[in-house]
Amino acid sequence: MPFIANSDADRKAMLAAVGVSSIEELFTDIPSAKRFPKLALPEGISELEVTREIEAMAANNLNASSCAWFLGAGAYNHFIPAAVGAISSRGEFLTAYTPYQPEVSQGTLQAIFEYQSMAAELLGMEVVNASHYDGATALAEAVLMAWNHGGSRKKVFLPTALHPEYRDVIRTYFAAFDVQFVEYAGEPSSAAVDETTSCVVCAYPDFEGRVRDLKAGAEKAHAAGALFIVHADPIMCAILKSPGELGADIVTAEGQALGNAMNFGGPWLGMMGATAKLMRKMPGRIVGQAQDHEGRRGFVLTLTAREQHIRREKAVSNICSNQGLVMLQACVYMALMGKNGMRQVAELCWNKAHYAASEIAKLPGFKVPVLDKAAAGAFFKEFVVTTPIPAAAIVDKLSRASVVPGLALSKYDPKRTHELLVCVTEMNTKAQIDLLATSLKEAAK
Amino acid sequence: MNLMPEKLIYELSAPGRIGASLPDNDVPATPVPANLSRDSLKLPEVDELSVIRHFTRLSQKNFSIDSHFYPLGSCTMKYNPKVNEQLAGLRGWRDAHPLIGDEFSQGALELIYRLQESLCAIGGFAASSLQPAAGAHGELSGVFVVRAWHVSRGDAKRTKMLIPDSAHGTNPATCTMAGYTTLPVPSDAEGGVDMAALKAALGGAQREEIAGIMITNPNTLGLFDRNIEEIARLVHEAGGLVYGDGANMNAVTGIFKPGNSGIDVMHFNLHKTFSTPHGGGGPGAGFVGVRKDLADFLPGPIAVKKGSGYALAMPSKSIGRVKSFYGNFGVLVRAFAYVRMLGATGLRRLAENAVLNANYLKVKVEKSYKVKYPRRCMHEFVAMGDIAPGIHTLDIAKRLIDYGFHPPTIYFPLIVPEAIMIEPTETEDKETLDAFAEVLAKIADEARTNPDLLHNAPTTTPVGRLDEVAAARSPVLCFKG
Repeated sequence: MPFIANSDADRKAMLAAVGVSSIEELFTDIPSAKRFPKLALPEGISELEVTREIEAMAANNLNASSCAWFLGAGAYNHFIPAAVGAISSRGEFLTAYTPYQPEVSQGTLQAIFEYQSMAAELLGMEVVNASHYDGATALAEAVLMAWNHGGSRKKVFLPTALHPEYRDVIRTYFAAFDVQFVEYAGEPSSAAVDETTSCVVCAYPDFEGRVRDLKAGAEKAHAAGALFIVHADPIMCAILKSPGELGADIVTAEGQALGNAMNFGGPWLGMMGATAKLMRKMPGRIVGQAQDHEGRRGFVLTLTAREQHIRREKAVSNICSNQGLVMLQACVYMALMGKNGMRQVAELCWNKAHYAASEIAKLPGFKVPVLDKAAAGAFFKEFVVTTPIPAAAIVDKLSRASVVPGLALSKYDPKRTHELLVCVTEMNTKAQIDLLATSLKEAAK
Repeated sequence: MNLMPEKLIYELSAPGRIGASLPDNDVPATPVPANLSRDSLKLPEVDELSVIRHFTRLSQKNFSIDSHFYPLGSCTMKYNPKVNEQLAGLRGWRDAHPLIGDEFSQGALELIYRLQESLCAIGGFAASSLQPAAGAHGELSGVFVVRAWHVSRGDAKRTKMLIPDSAHGTNPATCTMAGYTTLPVPSDAEGGVDMAALKAALGGAQREEIAGIMITNPNTLGLFDRNIEEIARLVHEAGGLVYGDGANMNAVTGIFKPGNSGIDVMHFNLHKTFSTPHGGGGPGAGFVGVRKDLADFLPGPIAVKKGSGYALAMPSKSIGRVKSFYGNFGVLVRAFAYVRMLGATGLRRLAENAVLNANYLKVKVEKSYKVKYPRRCMHEFVAMGDIAPGIHTLDIAKRLIDYGFHPPTIYFPLIVPEAIMIEPTETEDKETLDAFAEVLAKIADEARTNPDLLHNAPTTTPVGRLDEVAAARSPVLCFKG
């Protein structure tokens, strides 16, 4: 039997030690009519057979490594150095539990502390926790945190250009609570905040790729006594001002882009940072520096009086398992890239996206609204293209030719038939971008 | 274990170093507007070899399943098969984008669909969702399903959840996030739900306000609640639903289907029973299974059959998305591989051996420690650490480290004083269990003859006991250069 060490002889000796004559006797507490039901499953197969079966299934997915890939919209195709996987696949990290016993978990704990330090710098926050399930759940918990903090303030402002799945997750999380969601279009400073507002959420950049004016948004929210929450692209934060610098109280991010594969949507990394003032209201695990009796530096899980295993129904969140290994991958990624590598990746995304936008804007029938002088908009690695024929038709046609041009926005809003969200990263060569432009032109003919 | 102090990555930094190489820019450059541009970025600058050595040395400061026996109660620290890692890392999965569309994702959708079906077969459920990212996330999804079902019947005043006092902390914390209040139910002398207390809770003025019960079976004492069907009957009769916490499913795969005994909604932790690695805290994955008439409320999208292939679909009255996209897919690949390799017979064998290993270890440990409920246990049992004056469970746990064993779960469940909760899992061999029991007996001797060995433990680790109180009083949560 795979993964069971004991032999029949071992089992016999162990049953004798327990004082029963058969394994079945161990289960007499279970209602007899319900004991040992038939499982409608096939019998087990070998490692070789399961490898063949799953390899065949994996081959039935179109994947970014075999295409010119311009689809982002929340999941990003970035370069992952080999050293990231080499570290995260080490059994000592991979098969350890949550570091509740600090003396035998210093590896995991110090890595979390280093992640917290680097992520805090990137996002411009004073405290970062050890992760949420993904960017969407991190943002939902950030809004919950602000809503709880706000007491009787029931209003939450969300941008219209928030990732639609994030909006859905926030709504799910608030199913049982008395909250009033208000949507605002454009700049966060346009949100009609008042004394009943708990927070204003802004995406940086927003779902359509636009970089919004956080500073003005934060000032307006703060003037009304509300918190300002920013959901940021962590790669972009390497070259643009950090959300913290611009006044955010809570920052969330999807850390998938930091050295983690797209994995068909998960496991990813929900990042959350906050100001020191809000630290004790923050959900999730946090690691702090400590000393032992000999004065040696070590690391421990800290501020645990916020968490479910201590506070039960009074905890700030129910989160327990998080995305530890994905966080480790982001930590190793940031360590490898460092100050200059992070900037380089961000600049490559910026330059290539701007080149792609300008090339596409030259195509007959195509427009890139963010480039309009009147719009005075800034963007990072994604931008919306208006298309002469339905965008979904273009995506369908080109994907079959291994050029995946982006997301047809009709996926989330059936009315937006002629809009394509294009994403360009350091993975895209100039030749691929030129191929995208000629392919779009051909497809629209 | 690596005992040498390890610098922080920032302390290894020197200007001009880098650990990765990137291609040159091959397009015309566009300047970043000065008003948006960031002035400084204080990240470390370290070369690749130094990064590798740093994290390799850090890894050597961890205990892990791959290196040590790790008998953490209710955490199911079983072996994580290596082939699962290889299969989860296939290009076709790693580089698969969640928005490329069903037609181009048939492999991933087939895997999700077949895993949904397999886990439903194991649990006795009619339908399921694999969107939740962890056990607690599965609980939240499940309690939202309970809530949505009541609300759909115009029964919105049911906002109280019964929770046995042996439950994991995530159960009450989840209820709070779902807008519910909790009503604790005491345990009886046998470690099960106190039936008289349950009846009283269901019979009083609040009968119409009970949303249901969250029950873990086997419970965190490692005991199977013999009254499970009666508990379910009583809760159903009062108009509530029964939520099953599947944290301890490792005791009963192929032995007992919760869905056949009145459990209406249940989550499984794929990172426990289904062998996916814990990763130092995650990622996990949660399965939520439900009885037939709750299927429409599941979080989505879920995978469904469509023609000769598969598609994603949102259940008609779904509680909504609980996460972006479709769950921790990479974790699902690992669980799928595991279920395929074990098959029907293997799943039963795993539970049989998990329970045999626990009972065998319990008989040995009972010689030197009290076990709170001396009945036959399932996959785990709870011993007590008050073996000598002045000795606490914490001391025993730390002393175990000096002997090369990861401590069991301690001080939980809360209803057992000085609890030591031991779960060996089926993947450990008899020799390991014998060695562990011998060390526990030896520690019990030391507790009486030389208690300082326990009080000063551990002494074989990179750091000794850390001052957690001071760390929380003035928190240092980031490197300050």
